[in-house]
Amino acid sequence: MQAIQLQWIDYTILVAYVAFVIGIGWALARYMKTSSDFLTSARSIPTWVTGLAFISANLGALELVGMAASGAKYGIATAHFYWVGAIPAMIFLAVFMMPFYYGSKARSVPEYLKMRFDERVRALNSVAFAVMTIFASGISMNALAKLLHSLLGWDYNVALWISSGVVLLYVLKGGLTSAIYTEVLQFFMIVLGFAPVVYLGLKDVGGWHAMNHSLQSVAVNPAALYLKDAGTTYAPNAWTSAWQPVLGGASANPMGVDWFAMIFGLGFVLSFGYWCTNFLVVQRAMAAKNMTAARNTPLVAAVPKMFFPFLVIVPGMIAAALCTMPDKNYRIPPALVSEAAYAKAVDAVKTADATKPDAAVAAVHDAVGKNIDGVKIASLVAANAASKLTDEQIKQGIYNSVAENDYDGVILSLVKKYCPPGLLGLALTALLASFMSGMAGNVTAFNTVFTYDLYQAYFAKGKSDHHYFITGKVITVVGILLSIGAAYFASMYNNCMDIIQLVFGFVNAPLFATFLLGMFWKRTTGTGAFIGLFGGIACSALFHALTSVGSNLDAAGHVINSMKGGYLHVAHVFPSEMAQNFWLAAFAFIACFSFTLVISLATKSQKTDADLKGLVYSLTPKIVDNNVPVYQKPAVVGIVLLIVCVILNLIFW
Amino acid sequence: MGLDIRWPIGLMFTLIGALLAVFGLVKGAESVSLGININLVWGLVLLVFGVLMLIGANHGKKNPPSA
Repeated sequence: MQAIQLQWIDYTILVAYVAFVIGIGWALARYMKTSSDFLTSARSIPTWVTGLAFISANLGALELVGMAASGAKYGIATAHFYWVGAIPAMIFLAVFMMPFYYGSKARSVPEYLKMRFDERVRALNSVAFAVMTIFASGISMNALAKLLHSLLGWDYNVALWISSGVVLLYVLKGGLTSAIYTEVLQFFMIVLGFAPVVYLGLKDVGGWHAMNHSLQSVAVNPAALYLKDAGTTYAPNAWTSAWQPVLGGASANPMGVDWFAMIFGLGFVLSFGYWCTNFLVVQRAMAAKNMTAARNTPLVAAVPKMFFPFLVIVPGMIAAALCTMPDKNYRIPPALVSEAAYAKAVDAVKTADATKPDAAVAAVHDAVGKNIDGVKIASLVAANAASKLTDEQIKQGIYNSVAENDYDGVILSLVKKYCPPGLLGLALTALLASFMSGMAGNVTAFNTVFTYDLYQAYFAKGKSDHHYFITGKVITVVGILLSIGAAYFASMYNNCMDIIQLVFGFVNAPLFATFLLGMFWKRTTGTGAFIGLFGGIACSALFHALTSVGSNLDAAGHVINSMKGGYLHVAHVFPSEMAQNFWLAAFAFIACFSFTLVISLATKSQKTDADLKGLVYSLTPKIVDNNVPVYQKPAVVGIVLLIVCVILNLIFW
Repeated sequence: MGLDIRWPIGLMFTLIGALLAVFGLVKGAESVSLGININLVWGLVLLVFGVLMLIGANHGKKNPPSA
């Protein structure tokens, strides 16, 4: 793919955005006087701001790049990450869990665990969280740098260090407040920057119904787009119905997931584990100015979140639909092939003997180093023999016959196709904004947990607040450097989405069982929680070591890539990595739940009922919000949102 | 915290919106995608959004929220 040349207008928009986010950091710097100002925003921010920051912090690579990729790979069923996953979990957090987080005056999720259980649980959770946050951040940075490299021809290293540098500047100046405020600005930037791309894409494919019509032919023969192996076929609605293909079983939908894994694995375990216990998002709600504002934060966030699939998943569906329209001259970007390899492949086609197409196909395959579509290469050779093609035409032909897709490039290929100079700068800035908000979210959560839950708790107790304030700043720098390291690590693996899900599966899935038991069953003991968590994480790792996916096994049944599991023994083979992840989560949850339950019954709690007041449901006075208007009552708003969410599921049934 | 985030958001989108709209007007030929002068149209949308944010911020300054 040719790199896009940006014009001055595009750079101006980009620079204006960067100037504003850094400016916000500078404007807030003078309010940063204590460690609490810097790390927790001193609980002072209005609801709509924390609400939008709540979703924006999660809007990293996962959202824009990953969701568009999944939209192309799996269609509208990807929306389950929102309509089964995020929304119910966010409502649960607001109505049931926020009172304990906010009411306990804990400064972080691990600190809540310390109050509820003991130091061991906090230590385990904070270390696991710190590691996970760094990885999530690194994966996001890697995706950004790779895209900037392939789209703009920017150097990977320069892109990585400069975008991290911008985040560092404004987070270091204004702390969490600065991260939250810029996240709101980034939220609007992302929505307003991508909306025109979605609009133009939909217009180009002929509207919603025409898109769905084209996706029927994708579903019947996904191999034509190199989405699946040759011969795979699904019912025509596999890309356009959210539920029917899933209910048809794992082999009836491109995700390879059955309804139990979808509802229990993704909907209950992974989503509740992420949205209800991940400090990255919960931290935003904890920064709200009072209890009602804190509880309403996830609810405010749920409103735009519910409609995000139209912004982030539909582009992937548009891309898949475009591939079926020959006149649009579009394909999902192929796996990256270097210019040198293309040059070699072009030579191979030019020197090929038209009577022996197989030799030509093998030569091109050797040059490119990817799976290629032999039929297309053979006809390219024949066309070149009939009348000499230009090098550029041959290269285009080879580009079109690379039979592997780079799904992460989907969103940018659309931006490139539809955006003239100007709008291009805006869309690109939106992309940068999403990566920055994700990274800032990770860094601000990391520095709080590291400073309060690791440094203050275990290394330097009882120092002055100024000491922790400075530590927080130093850790911010360290966190960003570690993220950059993680980005280089992530650059070795291709599909970021699957890795993120895997990491979340190990760490988050068991965690929700601990919270559920801890918050709603006062008998849960510290020992039970600790061993349960450990057991849950260990079981995740064991599960991963014993199962694998079909595509990861060679003809003899041996594991190809041990990152995809099965490195001890392949006891079970899943149809897709997503199915493996969802089942892993379900398994880890059940393991942690059972361990915690049994060991709690066998051990004695160190905490009295008085200690647990405000931390456990049955020992905490119900919040009476009589003086709050109806439309601000979390329970009422939550039910309304749940109804809307059910309606969305039914519309796309 | 003593900063109303609507100010920077409003300012930024007013600025970028105006820039995009003017670019669309002056360089009409370069701004067309699928037959629409998308820079002009979307620039105006951003401009309106930015101005609304500024109005909101100004309103908030005169009537500081009670909490």
